[in-house]
Amino acid sequence: MSMINYASREINCKLVYYGPGLGGKTTNLEHVYKKVAPSTRGKLISLATETERTLFFDFLPVDLGTIRGFKTRFHLYTVPGQVYYNASRKLILKGVDGIVFVADSQVDRMEANQESMQNLYDNMAEYGYDLTKMPFVVQYNKRDLPNAAPIAELQTALNPGWEVTDTTRQRVTPDPYHAGENLIEQAPTGEWIERSTYFEAVAINGDGVFDTLRAVSKLVLKALS
Amino acid sequence: MSYGAASWSFTSEDQSAIHQVLQRFLTDSQAKCAMVVDRSGQLVTTVGDQPRFDAQAFASLTAADFSANDQLARLIGETDFNTLFHQGERESMLLADVARRVILVVLFDNKTTLGLVKLKLKGTVEQLAQHFATIGTRPARPEPEQRPLLGNVDDEIDKLFQ
Repeated sequence: MSMINYASREINCKLVYYGPGLGGKTTNLEHVYKKVAPSTRGKLISLATETERTLFFDFLPVDLGTIRGFKTRFHLYTVPGQVYYNASRKLILKGVDGIVFVADSQVDRMEANQESMQNLYDNMAEYGYDLTKMPFVVQYNKRDLPNAAPIAELQTALNPGWEVTDTTRQRVTPDPYHAGENLIEQAPTGEWIERSTYFEAVAINGDGVFDTLRAVSKLVLKALS
Repeated sequence: MSYGAASWSFTSEDQSAIHQVLQRFLTDSQAKCAMVVDRSGQLVTTVGDQPRFDAQAFASLTAADFSANDQLARLIGETDFNTLFHQGERESMLLADVARRVILVVLFDNKTTLGLVKLKLKGTVEQLAQHFATIGTRPARPEPEQRPLLGNVDDEIDKLFQ
């Protein structure tokens, strides 16, 4: 739930990194933590097990700077990816403003990715949130691994798109991050389909981490405007 | 279904009114500090001794603590626990739900007692609930002329990431 605090001239927004266990959600936050100037970020809080698996969440507040006189602060959260922790995963979605789905590109993690995506839709629906109307980007992580599935295959399985019924939005909208690809387009069968934008990443090296964060931040701030 | 969660705004007038209530509470209860945190973990305002710890992290953990305890309450057949108490050797904290919108966090030490803090808390929560109910009835998004102008901010966001 984004809060505009006119008293302290701050805008606070909540971003959640969602996805299957061991997909790289915490690694994304750790990279942001390492690369952002200490003066512009808070502590990285990790509620994890002794084996460093996320138990409840990781949390990192980042000050993006001042936009139109308002200090803009993003609160980055991860959820525990393991299936067992759905109760705590759902709690973290409360008041979310934008979501990054971190998928594991490895072929043998496809099923876990799909289960997690379905779980995200279900948990959002339980709060009455509509994921298709929310700032949402998909990150395909671990692109450096030899068993990484082709992007087209991942897109078909995890980001097939949803139908656009609002006629005012039924126009070809290019994906600003991928030349020659569209975010909204007409399917061969006639209906208009919208997909989330996606990013390829190797979070452990930092590749794609800030591209993803920048894209979702823009979507969140545009939604506020 | 709605677009995610509604935004809400907190004005200087809201802050003055809430600070007034909390100042009185701190004087009456002799507690050190009162913080208001929203249910998604964002710090709204602080009154009294300014915390020496990371207030953002504290706020996010407070909301998580409250949410987890809400679920625990439901498991045992309660709708929620509307107050939580954490006792330390020197410092303690009392957390109270305010109108299901925000959480009031009170930090206090051995100069006062849990009984006194709890006694003064009840009326304070009621007053705050009235204020936040009013805030809640305002349009979720402020009037356009009051909103920060966030249109066409792509370039500015790009600069922030350089």
